Amino acid sequence: MRYNEKELQALSRQPAEMAAELGMRGPKKGSVLKRRLVKLVVNFLFYFRTDEAEPVGALLLERCRVIREEPGAFSISFIEDPERKYHFECSSEEQCQEWMEALRRASYEFMRRSLVFYRNEIRKVTGKDPLEQFGISEEARFQLSGLQA
Amino acid sequence: MAPGSPPGPAIAAMKLNERSLAFYATCDAPVDNAGFLYKKGGRHAAYHRRWFVLRGNMLFYFEDAASREPVGVIILEGCTVELVEAAEEFAFAVRFAGTRARTYVLAAESQAAMEGWVKALSRASFDYLRLVVRELEQQLAAVRGGGGMALPQPQSLPSAPAPVPALPLPLPLPRRPSALPPKENGCAVWSTEATFRPGPEPPPPPPRRRASAPHGPLDVAPFARLHECYGQEIRALRGQWLSSRVQP
Repeated sequence: MRYNEKELQALSRQPAEMAAELGMRGPKKGSVLKRRLVKLVVNFLFYFRTDEAEPVGALLLERCRVIREEPGAFSISFIEDPERKYHFECSSEEQCQEWMEALRRASYEFMRRSLVFYRNEIRKVTGKDPLEQFGISEEARFQLSGLQA
Repeated sequence: MAPGSPPGPAIAAMKLNERSLAFYATCDAPVDNAGFLYKKGGRHAAYHRRWFVLRGNMLFYFEDAASREPVGVIILEGCTVELVEAAEEFAFAVRFAGTRARTYVLAAESQAAMEGWVKALSRASFDYLRLVVRELEQQLAAVRGGGGMALPQPQSLPSAPAPVPALPLPLPLPRRPSALPPKENGCAVWSTEATFRPGPEPPPPPPRRRASAPHGPLDVAPFARLHECYGQEIRALRGQWLSSRVQP
């Protein structure tokens, strides 16, 4: 699949929600644990060799599952293939917890549900739609109906 | 690499979880926009008609509407969307900052489709969504009598983003990126008053001219990004207004 790699690389240089050096192991059988600088920017998780400026790779975090593995470690997999896991090892239980929470909320889809939730709550309290002041109340992407299965 | 093996390429292509991207492109959830657009192959190339699907901050394009896998995707962070002068009617561009950045020239099949795409694409970034959510989060705290986190918490959060009929999500957003100064207030520009203004909205104030590119230095304050968001909207709306004026 073609994609705009330069822009993705530029994105990897933006301020991160979280960044840390973690142990990382790819999903392929026989992968070894490597030290990587892992950086969360919008809904992408970038990973770098610790001494390089350009990322080795990126994971788009939509439809992912973040699961606790052994203590201090978690994995990311994707709904369509839950056995294919990216493993991450943290330096403490606290760091592990922090990353898991951040990654679970890092998708566009999660953020969209947040918006619909707050919009609804504000409407309940004030009787008004808070999106009207931004002129986006009719945007398809912010409608409640879009979330129903 | 084993010692003595020939050196690999100087810079390997960045890895991306393309299979997951393809599944995201074709999953059952409602899309944010979809339709045929003509896409210009390159600077002097021809237009190809492709089926485009916008989902979140990803603009996928397929050979046709029945294809199971996208030909490609345009990641929509840090772009601006503008109307352009082109041989094709209803043309617009998705433009990225940077010296060798690509500009994607697209053309719709009608005025209405073009306007719909320009609006949808200029609000597609994660960044924009996050700014709106932060704003609403603060508004909710304010109307509930300030202070904060009186939001009910469910017993468990779904760990997979499965389709949810009920709204899950009570938790406030995580803290801001560490690169930003700690005192900034993301709603400084937007909410100067607590009450909602009734009636038709006056147009938002025009953004100040920004000398730097959309993704400026790391210490740029969030309100600059708000301006950029408004700027995108203003540009798109102005374009629409100009083109509607031209018609007899």
